Amino acid sequence: MRYSLTSLLVNALAGHRGWKPQWRDAEPRDEYDVVIVGGGGHGLATAYYLAREYGITDVAVLEKAWIGGGNVGRNTTIVRSNYLLPGNIPLYELSMKLWEGLERDFNYNAMVSQRGVLNLYHSDGQRDAYARRGNAMRIHGVDAELLDHDGVRRLYPFLNFDSARFPIQGGLLQRRGGTVRHDAVAWGYARGASDRGVDIVQNCEVTGFAITDGRVTGVQTSRGSIRANKVAIAVAGSSSRVAAMAGMRLPIESHVIQAFVSEGLKPIIPGVITFGAGHFYISQSDKGGLVFGGDIDGYNSYAQRGNLPVVEDVCEGGMALMPAIGRARILRNWGGLLDMSMDGSPIIDRTPTQGLYLNAGWCYGGFKATPGSGFVFAHLIARDAPHPAATHLRLDRFRTGHLIDEKGQGAQPNLH
Amino acid sequence: MRIPCPFCGPRDAAEFSYLGDAAPKRPDTAIASADIEAALYDYVYLRDNPAGLLREYWYHGSGCHGWLVVERDTRTHRIIAASMAQAEPSP
Repeated sequence: MRYSLTSLLVNALAGHRGWKPQWRDAEPRDEYDVVIVGGGGHGLATAYYLAREYGITDVAVLEKAWIGGGNVGRNTTIVRSNYLLPGNIPLYELSMKLWEGLERDFNYNAMVSQRGVLNLYHSDGQRDAYARRGNAMRIHGVDAELLDHDGVRRLYPFLNFDSARFPIQGGLLQRRGGTVRHDAVAWGYARGASDRGVDIVQNCEVTGFAITDGRVTGVQTSRGSIRANKVAIAVAGSSSRVAAMAGMRLPIESHVIQAFVSEGLKPIIPGVITFGAGHFYISQSDKGGLVFGGDIDGYNSYAQRGNLPVVEDVCEGGMALMPAIGRARILRNWGGLLDMSMDGSPIIDRTPTQGLYLNAGWCYGGFKATPGSGFVFAHLIARDAPHPAATHLRLDRFRTGHLIDEKGQGAQPNLH
Repeated sequence: MRIPCPFCGPRDAAEFSYLGDAAPKRPDTAIASADIEAALYDYVYLRDNPAGLLREYWYHGSGCHGWLVVERDTRTHRIIAASMAQAEPSP
């Protein structure tokens, strides 16, 4: 069913009893052209673009749990393309452009809201670094504005400008950045892919790969063996575990990051703000909850929950930036798993096994890249060659030294 | 998480800094070898990243300043054992 004002009126008059499930909960078949391991945002987007851009519809998305239960439902919904390095900017800007047309494209309300992302700076050195970043963005056709103290004060008068330790000097603003309803992204891509013939199979965990003479021929799953010409892995958070089944060791550690939501409040924060002196960022959801987070916990984890020292650290950051937040009560917090790659940038590449493709290493920034990641991964799978926007995101860059070290932290995954 | 430091007793994990997997051993670069680049690449970048028991380095910066090897389950954060890294056999 195509959603429109007409479909809404018709169903409203019929008491909303005519709505159908938005995608087919498919049973796995014995064979597919392409099997995508992982039904998160990236896997679903990959299936969608495989069908829509490349006409490849004999596709299964295998999800070990349920659609929307992993990282696509655990992030803080921020989208932006304020990157510095040439290897990164094209992909994130492609993603940003896809966000801008996404709802019309897949006929689904993902609540894309370009409310602006502001990165605050608190010192002269930080200002210079942001000016450089903003210039790099503009060279690549991305919007960026360097605001001074007064510019930030006009936007967010309630911030703690005159903190003795970290006074707010200004900020780098990307007005096209913002937030997107993350669940709706999963549902919208699932619906778009399913409508085009893709099988979305839930509760189907991949337990092994069938590899013959260096070529992948299928997967073993908790619901039986499935043959496939091509297999694509998009399981960020658990990439090392899945890749190990295909005999690979990855330059990745799995970590946990926590996020928080306050009780619903009246509108106070129109956009997204990041604190430049600590690690803290905040926005307000359309329901009114303050959505915020900070650093990763910093140790290897598959637990999907963190520990209290980071809760304290995040709340301290919030109080330093925006003392009014101390009046709000935290409603809930949770953790999500991260593929922390050794240089802080993702991997979208072929693997040493023919027909096996890898999409991994998203660190804590996977959600914003969902459309772009799916788009370029679909290209890689369909054409067996990288998309022009993702030529740097190679698996072998760690061996050859062509790191994309956006944060300048080196090979320290717990620092990225 | 509380880490049972052999010197200081059980202490909050916030007192410690994390380095990571204790398994990788730095290859001896003094010995010229054909595959030293491959060995260094492996040491610097590749990790087993297990979901389960992991032996890892923690530094007790707010305590005894000792390097510890902690055995921990990455699925539950349960800590099984901790020992001083100095007591480990050298590579």
